[in-house]
Amino acid sequence: MSGAALPLLGPERLQPLLAGYAAVRRAERQRLLLGGAIVLALALLAGWVAEVRPAVLWDRGGEFFGYFGRLFTLEAGRHAGTGVWNDPAEWFWGLGRWMRQLVDTLLMAYVGTLVGCLGAFLFGMLSADNLVRSAPLRWGVRRFLEICRTVPEIVFALIFVIAFGLGPLAGVLAIAIHTFGAQGKLFSEICENIDMKPVDGVVAAGASWPLMARFAVVPQVLPGFLSYALLRFEINVRGAAVLGFVGAGGIGQDLVEAVRKFYYNDVAALLVLIILTVVVIDLATGWLRRRLLGAELGQ
Amino acid sequence: MSASAPLAEAARSRLPALRAAHPAQFRTVTPMRTAVAAVVLGMLALFVFSVWRLEIDWARLLAGFGRLFDFIPQMIPPGTTRGATWPTILHALAETLAIAFLGTLLAAIIALPVGFLAARNTTVNGAVRILSRRSLDGLRGIDALIWALIWVSVVGLGPFAGVLAIMTGDIGTFGKLFSEAIEAADRKSQEGVVAAGGSGAARVRFGVVPQVLPVLAGQVLYLFESNTRSSTIIGIVGAGGIGLILAEMIRTMEWEAVSLMILLILAMVAMIDFVSGRLRRRLIGGG
Repeated sequence: MSGAALPLLGPERLQPLLAGYAAVRRAERQRLLLGGAIVLALALLAGWVAEVRPAVLWDRGGEFFGYFGRLFTLEAGRHAGTGVWNDPAEWFWGLGRWMRQLVDTLLMAYVGTLVGCLGAFLFGMLSADNLVRSAPLRWGVRRFLEICRTVPEIVFALIFVIAFGLGPLAGVLAIAIHTFGAQGKLFSEICENIDMKPVDGVVAAGASWPLMARFAVVPQVLPGFLSYALLRFEINVRGAAVLGFVGAGGIGQDLVEAVRKFYYNDVAALLVLIILTVVVIDLATGWLRRRLLGAELGQ
Repeated sequence: MSASAPLAEAARSRLPALRAAHPAQFRTVTPMRTAVAAVVLGMLALFVFSVWRLEIDWARLLAGFGRLFDFIPQMIPPGTTRGATWPTILHALAETLAIAFLGTLLAAIIALPVGFLAARNTTVNGAVRILSRRSLDGLRGIDALIWALIWVSVVGLGPFAGVLAIMTGDIGTFGKLFSEAIEAADRKSQEGVVAAGGSGAARVRFGVVPQVLPVLAGQVLYLFESNTRSSTIIGIVGAGGIGLILAEMIRTMEWEAVSLMILLILAMVAMIDFVSGRLRRRLIGGG
């Protein structure tokens, strides 16, 4: 605004620069338009395949919010028709039963995580490049882990419910298998990143493979393993909460029943309980993990 | 062996002196070891309690594994059955992909403005920021399968409920990822825009958006990969896709169709991972 006028480039030098800028912008815009057109075409195709009916959403969209309204409106008791918070005793009428189910859900996640991680601990080391010489063994272990981790947990649960019957056992096994596959890969990656000097030292002193693993590998990888195992426990608590949908035990069983039978208040209560549990577990494992890492750094 | 004997003898003779000089190193019971033993014992006790509480016993385990090993031969070779013919399976797979694609796209479109509102450096004010953060957390806290269950009871059975379920769950995830990416944007270009006299809107448009757009696109692709996995299972509660047929075939024990569908799902997931991985690398390289 003030001060001396800015020195400007002459038009003969400015023109080519402006033209170049315009060309770049035009190419960019064309690329963006092309990308947008492709995404739009795919979206229309997907919308046709997935039978998207915006009219239904328009008609029933209100119901979605109405649904949440009904979730939080008491249906029975002295305060019927008002917000659930007016009568917590009526809202959480089944608290005792639900708490037992929640405890079962947590125990399912615990046993599944423990069994899966113990298996992954061994198989993770067996598939690490730097610890096992035999390439076929590594290849076999890796493919096995891959199958266990790519088939969704709930599909395993469905199959196990047929084989083992309804109940938490099927859920525990589904969690254990999925955990085994997912953690095995992570554990083997940790093992591949260790310092090889202790391994060389122990092997040079004449140790067998189990002794080498015990004294040269485990001390290095244990904090990493434990931290990942805690993280997996967190994930498994979320997973265990929905396994009940297919009859594999835990709180999901009550939730799916409440949703299907339109017991709105129960749905709300169960969702609140599940979210609270997940938050508490996240905080607790987060605190433990920080302590573990802190202890490692402190040494 | 014989050569090392005098050496070992010499080392052993120094042991009492070493023991006296460094008593702490020779203690078998250290506080650390006691603590570890206590934790392991506690975990073991909890494990035993869980096994009792969840009614897990050897007889059921053995019988179950016996049945499982009966199923495995029936899974080979994979094939179609009357309940699951090629057209129905392929249609269900296409539906699964469509659910994942549309759900991810819609979630990204809805989450974009929310992400800007939830980021510290582009939000309108603190109250809006905290409000949008909390609502995103709430959406994210509920599993996609639970959302599917809820949407099925709102819009009815079918893939549309699946699209809405994937979308609702992902708005939360996208909002969080987007706002974190926006907060991590380099400040220099924003300061440049402001120094050249740009308004607040211009700062976001020219200082933030060009930086974060490739990052956000990468995150969208990444979540699309993860959603192809989730959309294979939401059919179990009736929200469309291959999960519905898969659950049916498992319940009616048509194992050759089950193994065929699992293989096809794995192939589809691997293909989507490959394509989206290449696209993401191009985005990061070219962005």
